[in-house]
Amino acid sequence: MSYTEATIQLLNPEGSLVTNDASAEYLPYIEALSDEQLRDFHRQMVVTRRFDVEATNLQKQGQMGLWVPSIGQEGAQVGSGYAARAQDHIFPAYREHAVARIRGVDMIDVVKLLRGTTHGGWNPAEVGNFHLYTLVIAAHTLHATGFAMGVTLDGKTGTGDLDSDEAVMVYFGDGSTSQGDASEALVFAASYQTPQVFFLQNNHWAISVPVTTQSRTPLYLRPSGFGIPGVQIDGNDVLASYAVTRKNLDEARSGSGPRYIEALTYRIGPHTSSDDPTKYRKDAELDYWVKRDPIPRFETYLRGRGETDAFFNDVRVEAEDFAADIRRRTLEIPDPPVSKIFDHVYSEPHSLMVEEKAWLAAYESALDENGAQA
Amino acid sequence: MSDIQTLPLAKAINAGLRQAMLDNSKVLLMGEDIGPLGGVFRVTEGLQAEFGANRVIDTPLAEAGIIGTAIGLAMRGYRPVCEIQFDGFIFPGFNQITTQLAKLTNRHEGQIQMPVVIRVPYGGHIGAVEHHQESPEALFAHTAGLRIVSPSTPDDAYWMIQEAIASNDPVMFFEPKGRYWPKGPVDFSGSSAPLHSTRVVREGTEVTLLGHGAMLSVLLEAADIAAEEGTSVEVLDLRSISPIDYAPILASVQKTGRLIVAQEAPGFVSVGSEIAATVTERAFYSLESPVLRVAGFDAPFPPAKLETTYLPDVDRVLEAVDRALAY
Repeated sequence: MSYTEATIQLLNPEGSLVTNDASAEYLPYIEALSDEQLRDFHRQMVVTRRFDVEATNLQKQGQMGLWVPSIGQEGAQVGSGYAARAQDHIFPAYREHAVARIRGVDMIDVVKLLRGTTHGGWNPAEVGNFHLYTLVIAAHTLHATGFAMGVTLDGKTGTGDLDSDEAVMVYFGDGSTSQGDASEALVFAASYQTPQVFFLQNNHWAISVPVTTQSRTPLYLRPSGFGIPGVQIDGNDVLASYAVTRKNLDEARSGSGPRYIEALTYRIGPHTSSDDPTKYRKDAELDYWVKRDPIPRFETYLRGRGETDAFFNDVRVEAEDFAADIRRRTLEIPDPPVSKIFDHVYSEPHSLMVEEKAWLAAYESALDENGAQA
Repeated sequence: MSDIQTLPLAKAINAGLRQAMLDNSKVLLMGEDIGPLGGVFRVTEGLQAEFGANRVIDTPLAEAGIIGTAIGLAMRGYRPVCEIQFDGFIFPGFNQITTQLAKLTNRHEGQIQMPVVIRVPYGGHIGAVEHHQESPEALFAHTAGLRIVSPSTPDDAYWMIQEAIASNDPVMFFEPKGRYWPKGPVDFSGSSAPLHSTRVVREGTEVTLLGHGAMLSVLLEAADIAAEEGTSVEVLDLRSISPIDYAPILASVQKTGRLIVAQEAPGFVSVGSEIAATVTERAFYSLESPVLRVAGFDAPFPPAKLETTYLPDVDRVLEAVDRALAY
């Protein structure tokens, strides 16, 4: 599935602004951005990609059990991530590293998750309402919808104040669209008219199964059957991702119900470090999408606006420093204490946890004593 | 001033839900047909009229959707109480319960709580079609992160539903639907026993019978008959399946030396199996006989005309009492 006539694009792969009837509605959102904000789009995309490369290397060197790269999807993520307002809640899948960073997650916490020292890693309340990654595909789409139902019950949406009205955005992928939970989330969102944007990153592959096996029709058409408006964007166009998400989130927060965005993008790397894409996809397809990479086109655009080598070099240095810092801190991550097995299974004491934790402590201390004697 | 009323268990739960909603505006009810209809068993009857459609929410027909959105509402600060229409219909929501609801507090390392109650009418005795008479509690008891309880009397039902709603952890609240309509006293002026406590409901000296939910009326009847035949039987109401309160069970076994665990659920890898293993580990020298299980058969719940044969009844409990006494 590639671009269609319906695909909204503001910046073409050659790095030029698109001016047509479809883009006219969204270009004002771009014109309202400052130079510094545009520079930050580039900075976030480049740093996240460098982070992904470093994390991939760390995984290969045995420092993580698994890595989940987002390479190729930075445009979809940075644009939409920036479009969310501070009061919004974000429910990610597990590949939204750029959004995590934008919302304030310390990226070493993502490393910890995949290194195996935590199942979570951060407190959503402390990092821009960016919720935890969810590994059961599409399960979190329902959490987002339920949360958005709560926003409505609280009366924190639809008052007309864009700076305080809340909205919820949930990220999911083309594979997720086949899960029942994703469809049930659309049903509930439509029934209760939740202030919510469903942001689908169609990266074309659910591990080794192509999106054409998930759906015979473009996925942005699916929500219309649920009574939810859907649009398709060029997900490798950070400007389209920003403007369309901004508009849709503001519509959702203004009381006009849920929205659905399909961002056409591509997973340039493997599904995870355990995957081998050469076994199932063609080089020609990869080449097609590499030519539509979100980062070079945006660099061309910025250069056209007058940005110089100095800026791009600064960003490269920042990315290298960031990667080096992640490497250094990864090697310093301590193993979790044994008590972590039991401590937060329940929020109030549960006798099985209490007894088994005490048993393990006694067992381990007996082993220590025996070891000391030997 | 005592305020004791005689109510069916279903009405006692209704009263408990109502009180919880009055006590805390964050308490919401969610489920299929729970609004104007009051649920297929009428447990929520009148509550939508009293509290409005924003607090008694008729949902689309989707169990994963009900549990999954309840999780999101709990993240937002609400305390959802979900009604699952029948035991056998809970499985579309199984993933949300076991991989999400049960795990989210742990995943967040204690930084969020999941005060969600899932009410499940369960068990047989109503002559219903397939998927309407099952006892799936063991499937959930195997999942860390869930609390699981089941009341057997109207008084317990009234108090335990309020305690379940007050819990900051997810609670599976199994309602013995075969006991929805018999009446019993509810002491509104009383106080609740701890949610996770086993209770001695009849004292005896020779054999201990332990069960939960609808089994209790069977066990008490069996104890009466055994007494007429000269055997002194102690009866315990388990009340809580996760965690299990073992102290009263072990104390009883130390007194009687014989334990029979009864349940409607199949016996294989069951709550009864777990209790038998634990009591054997912890009270081995007190036992005069093996711990025996009286359970549903390890076959699918049969068509309704066979349910009285499938379900443990007074005679099967008494047969087990005889076997225990034969050692």
